[in-house]
Amino acid sequence: MKPVLLIDFGSTYTKLTAVDVENACLLGTASAYTTVQTDINEGLSEGLRRLEAKLGKLDFQETYACSSAAGGLRMITSGLVPELTGEAAKQASLGAGAKVIKVYAFQLTDDDLEEIAREKPDIFLLVGGTDGGNTECILHNAKMLATLEPSFPVVIAGNRTAVKECERILSNWETYICPNVMPRFGVLQTEQTQKQIREIFLNRIIKAKGLSQATALLSDIIMPTPSAVLQGVKLLADGLEGQLGIGDLIAVDVGGATTDIYSVAEGAPEHGNTVCKGLPEPYVKRTVEGDIGMRYSLQGILDAIGLEVIARRADLTPERTEELAGYLKAHTDTVPDGDAELERLDYALACGAVEEAVRRHAGTIEETYTMMGKAYVQEGKNLTKVRQLVVTGGSLIHTEKTEEIARHALYSPLQPQSLRPLQADVWVDRTYILAAMGLLSSHYPQAALTILKKELEFHGYSE
Amino acid sequence: MENQKKKVLVIGVIGADVHAVGNKILYHAFTEAGFEVVNLGVMVSQEEYIAAAIESAADAIVVSSLYGQGELDCRGMRQKCDEAGLKGIPLLVGGNIVIGKQKFEDVEKRFRDMGFDRAFPPGTAPETTIEALREILHMDGETA
Repeated sequence: MKPVLLIDFGSTYTKLTAVDVENACLLGTASAYTTVQTDINEGLSEGLRRLEAKLGKLDFQETYACSSAAGGLRMITSGLVPELTGEAAKQASLGAGAKVIKVYAFQLTDDDLEEIAREKPDIFLLVGGTDGGNTECILHNAKMLATLEPSFPVVIAGNRTAVKECERILSNWETYICPNVMPRFGVLQTEQTQKQIREIFLNRIIKAKGLSQATALLSDIIMPTPSAVLQGVKLLADGLEGQLGIGDLIAVDVGGATTDIYSVAEGAPEHGNTVCKGLPEPYVKRTVEGDIGMRYSLQGILDAIGLEVIARRADLTPERTEELAGYLKAHTDTVPDGDAELERLDYALACGAVEEAVRRHAGTIEETYTMMGKAYVQEGKNLTKVRQLVVTGGSLIHTEKTEEIARHALYSPLQPQSLRPLQADVWVDRTYILAAMGLLSSHYPQAALTILKKELEFHGYSE
Repeated sequence: MENQKKKVLVIGVIGADVHAVGNKILYHAFTEAGFEVVNLGVMVSQEEYIAAAIESAADAIVVSSLYGQGELDCRGMRQKCDEAGLKGIPLLVGGNIVIGKQKFEDVEKRFRDMGFDRAFPPGTAPETTIEALREILHMDGETA
């Protein structure tokens, strides 16, 4: 036996997963409150104590961790055109596991600067212009940033003609130059930037977030949690040499404040006569809906789906729905705990969250008639052929209606233009194994995949 | 050559028009002539030309239209360019830009009134357009 410990410092809970990499099996999981305000080790020790109470004393050979504690990796970006370098910057940040607070387009204004100073991001990503293209915007934005008190690192990944000048303008700042996220029109190049972002997270932000006390214990990597999940979903879908993955998938994580969607699929058009619009789509894509969540962002679900629909699904009157929703917004730590009304409302909200977040993640198709006959215009990823759906998040785990809720991620005849899976097998990640195995996969990919598949097969009940 | 930077063109076929062949020919011809070409392909909206022109700091936009609806598709494009800060960017258009038997002088005038710098009749050779671009972009003697 070779026990390895995986830690996920979450915003609320520190989740521990113990695995035996020699026999590729899960030993057990435990969690405790994250204590980032005082000493992160308190929560960690408590979690370890609980884990040992279950499993007995284990001599962990290696320990790896990911973190979304203290707000996670908070980023602000600025690009030029919103749909082009603005979007490229956003995708680069999301793919690096960041929480994107704001994406600015065109020239930064005084108001924007005030907002940036107030938000104090962990990293600022400055882009704009294709190589040899517009330099005016990125230079202007660098000058604007330079008027602020240097308090966060700036990654410069815009028009190569202008990046050196940006660096000079921001000479008092900690800056990093990366290749342009959009070197040519319609070409995304985000790997280097993402690598740089993760490195900054590792070297600088860990300390700032009070996580360094815990690092003495860690063998190696620490990464943002979404970054670990991205590795996990990719491993699960693609598999490894000698071990098959489950194929193209969508993963849904409905939280209290946000809903994260991951997809692993090419998303190529189905019909030959399809014209693709917009930026090229990453094979492994992550989107985060900041206004879709079960408690803090409950209003966003109501706005998107409509109070009437939520009320009908919850079998409540609209008035009662509004009343209960108000209560949940004010008491964000509420769990239904047997209350029939709240259970039904949570069910309806979860359905809405899944539906809206996956709809925004998936691409769209439009039929148009041209002189040459019917043609299609596709924007985003075509996920109709994806057959695997992995779900996680309290509202999907602590219910018997997981499958029913998850089905809202699928194609709906009411929205035929939304390219969501026509059908799918539902897998439940009950113990947040995706992040843990994503972490483990950096060093033990085979064991990580075996455990991941086994856990999901048993819907997390194999323990 | 004084200015080493290549002139940047944004090209594409406007509207619900899927004629892809001429677009590819123009891409090669312009590239061959020494331009940096951002090719948006077919079914391009006015907004897409403009967004691409902003990011790439384009020197001109060359619009193709082969299916006869060009006049409708191009309406308001100059105003949108102005709005987007691309003031005075040369706009060129060519192909089968209108239907029916019309005198091309009339067609050209209408496109000029719409704010296009040049309009080319059906059957225009790429060289003609390249010549016009050189003139508009003051590239006398330069190889783009």
